[in-house]
Amino acid sequence: MSEALGTALKLLADLDPKLVEIVLLSLRVSLSAVAISALLGFPLGAAIAVGRFPGRKTLIVFLNAFMGLPPVVVGLIVYLLLSRAGPLGGLGILFTPSAMVIAQTLLILPIIAALSRQAIEDAWREYEEQLRSLGAGRASAAFTLLWDTRFSLLTTVLAGFGRAAAEVGAVIIVGGNIDGVTRVMTTTIALETSKGDLPLALGLGVILIAIVVAVNAAATLTKDLAQRRYG
Amino acid sequence: MRNGAILPLRLSDVSFTAGGRTIIDGISLEIEAGPSTIIVGANGAGKSVLMRLMHGLLDPSSGRVEWHAREHRGAPRKQAMVFQRPVMLRRSAQSNVAYALKVAGIPKAQREPMVRESLDGVGLAHLARRPARVLSGGEQQRLALARAWALHPEVLFLDEPTASLDPTATREIETVIRAFDAAGTKIVMATHNLGQARRLGDEILFLDRGRLIERAPVEQFFSKPQSAQAAAFIKGELPWT
Repeated sequence: MSEALGTALKLLADLDPKLVEIVLLSLRVSLSAVAISALLGFPLGAAIAVGRFPGRKTLIVFLNAFMGLPPVVVGLIVYLLLSRAGPLGGLGILFTPSAMVIAQTLLILPIIAALSRQAIEDAWREYEEQLRSLGAGRASAAFTLLWDTRFSLLTTVLAGFGRAAAEVGAVIIVGGNIDGVTRVMTTTIALETSKGDLPLALGLGVILIAIVVAVNAAATLTKDLAQRRYG
Repeated sequence: MRNGAILPLRLSDVSFTAGGRTIIDGISLEIEAGPSTIIVGANGAGKSVLMRLMHGLLDPSSGRVEWHAREHRGAPRKQAMVFQRPVMLRRSAQSNVAYALKVAGIPKAQREPMVRESLDGVGLAHLARRPARVLSGGEQQRLALARAWALHPEVLFLDEPTASLDPTATREIETVIRAFDAAGTKIVMATHNLGQARRLGDEILFLDRGRLIERAPVEQFFSKPQSAQAAAFIKGELPWT
């Protein structure tokens, strides 16, 4: 164990090229998924927050439930869609980073949409009379609220990123864990651990935790600063 | 009467019920341009709800609320409202005023001078770039007045605008309201501060449990209230004003 940890730290200190490649691919996949989910999830959350339409309550229940989608199930569904015989098989992107981005987007879009819906709806309760008094329609109010809750929305992005960076079930199914192509931190840790190669697994584990902590710290600092500055 | 004026406002047998409770009970009245109208009454008498019905934030359960001229969607509103607790957006004071102009469809180039004039009018020009939410309660309420005033509305509704402010801030707000009144904006204000009603009002609407009990010029209301409820209310409230 201590020997493995020593080798792991040496891999980190040397910036082992293989390890760097895996870390970079992980970040690329998860950050892409977060970006797409935010782009889709914020307007969706805002629309549900201020909208009035039949089935709104049901939609919210499903959205909240989908925050806990099992990654392996999402992986399986995306696998079926993208496999050669599947409806999207023609794209030929199974076992590529693109497939991994799609799977992770499906996982975290509900998280970002549901959490931003909550934040924006709370703000709407506070702002509604004022905005309506000024003559703002619902659509324009939704954009105003998105901008005004921007610091709370940072937290929702963070929750999405944490989920994407840490999950293994979806990316291993649709990515295939192919060395040099679709191998990310979590899938490598799973594989190397089962092979008995603990140093690489441990080194990646340390990095994964460090990234998640660093991102959270940065977001908390930003939020605190903004809170003091804008109230 | 100005061209396209929205006043007078006519309420015909307006009632409002929520959750089985009658909050406004068959009120009919007409609000004309000119005198400042102060709505007084105990907590729960229906002052806030009545103003929200007038301003269009609530729809009456029965009866009609009719303005002389209808406002068109998308056009700048000719009425504005200032609430007891101002809601400020997370941006600077001047951006909060500019936002109101933007919603009203005022082109960007025209907004800046209007924002400056409005902030000047409430004595906040020196705080224009400060984030609105870190201003003091009194400053925020003056900013809310500036935001409401930016379009020089024909009617300004004020819902207990000084209820959560200290005496100094209250005086400042009253000065601003008086200036708006002098500039020709119709003031309709709810307050339970009878001293304030006397200082700012020309006529009083007295509500009791959702009914309009009495409407009278200020001096007459306080010296010779016509109803027993009003007399009791004045007697009960005065020691605290």
